[in-house]
Amino acid sequence: MKKTITMNLNGDLRSVEVEPGDILLDVLRTRLGIKSPKIGCEKGDCGACTILLNGKVVRSCLILAIEVDGQEVTTVEGIGRNGATRLQKAFVEQNSFQCGFCAPGVVLAATALLDKNPKPSESEVKEALAGNLCRCTGYGPIIDAVMSVAKEN
Amino acid sequence: MTIALDYDYAKPATLAQARKLMAKHKAPRVLAGGTDLVPWLIDGMVEPDILVDIKGIASLGRIRVKGDVVTLGALVTFNDLLESKVIAKRAPMLQDMASKVASTGVRNRATVLGNLCSAVPCCDAGPSLTVFDAQIQLSGPDGDRVVPLDDWFTGPRQTVRKPAEIATAISFTLPPKGSGAAWIKLGRYKGEDLAQASVAVLVKPGNVCKVAFGSVAPRPVRGVKIEQLLDGRPLTDDLIAEAVKLLPECISPITDVRSTREYRMQTMEVMLERGLKAAAARAAGRGPKYGTALI
Repeated sequence: MKKTITMNLNGDLRSVEVEPGDILLDVLRTRLGIKSPKIGCEKGDCGACTILLNGKVVRSCLILAIEVDGQEVTTVEGIGRNGATRLQKAFVEQNSFQCGFCAPGVVLAATALLDKNPKPSESEVKEALAGNLCRCTGYGPIIDAVMSVAKEN
Repeated sequence: MTIALDYDYAKPATLAQARKLMAKHKAPRVLAGGTDLVPWLIDGMVEPDILVDIKGIASLGRIRVKGDVVTLGALVTFNDLLESKVIAKRAPMLQDMASKVASTGVRNRATVLGNLCSAVPCCDAGPSLTVFDAQIQLSGPDGDRVVPLDDWFTGPRQTVRKPAEIATAISFTLPPKGSGAAWIKLGRYKGEDLAQASVAVLVKPGNVCKVAFGSVAPRPVRGVKIEQLLDGRPLTDDLIAEAVKLLPECISPITDVRSTREYRMQTMEVMLERGLKAAAARAAGRGPKYGTALI
């Protein structure tokens, strides 16, 4: 059963033919050219595949592509469209990432947090990022960057 | 990472259409948040011939309050619980529970009722809603029915839901003023983890105590004998010690990847004691604030 779905992907309407078994993460990466969501644990634990679905942080490895027909999908490619955001610049300034594999997920999770709660406490930042595993940094410079933006808000 | 199975997909706009689709197929599956179902499909643990995506049925997404009865539609997520003012005010223990379910990216999708339908023995919604005497509403080809949560689980990943039935809502009565509750979830580390063991306690005016456990039996279980012992009596240290002694008659933990039988049993003694004390203190208007870690 093939079906053509249409989603608002980073501000563009994109159509693609999918099977009901196609995983959104795969369709984004292999069919729509969106490479920022990464393939990590594929069980919803690591957060590398994080995207925003209608503005909310979700795991694209746990969603079927067919489910997002008519929905709004945002990835790092979308939020950085008009140049790096204040948050992204803060991540660069704080040297927040090393290998960068977790970075797209962290950027989106922190973006969604600051959209909803512009002045989060450090514990709120930690809670919002608890589902995004980073094996390089020990999280310190990531949290520092988010807090530096929160303080300016 | 792909789903090998070939199945159909439908997203009906009404419950009546969803019911028809469920009845028409041999092996239908309801799709809500998908945070359990999608990994199960990838692993080949379930083999549906159709997924009925109920996210098109707007009425199932609401938290409704009528008098003292709260009804959570099948699409209500754990993050919806965390954002609900009525839950914050009248059943804050459920927010303590919801805040410890995986991470926010999962909580934005995972539904409370889906957690009960997946019915893994460590599900957090099971024990926490059991103490509120919650009931599940089902809609199927033979009509609608209501099942008390006590009768819902039949074993690991098994419930009384028939294959063509759709669980549409879960409802419970908000506890009266002067009630207190506690949720304690033991994990291997601070952060997102499934429960090694969990306990929910609700103390209502007149010292009416409700107690339920997770991850310590093939299904979430109510501490029936403990509830009978405590019924109406002031929760003194001696009485709590007596209640703790009844644990082996209420729970039957096993050794698995997350813990051992002995550790679960011993730690539950501490958890039950702390849970009863915290719930009683909160009922009396003192005690640790909701959200405070009790373990």
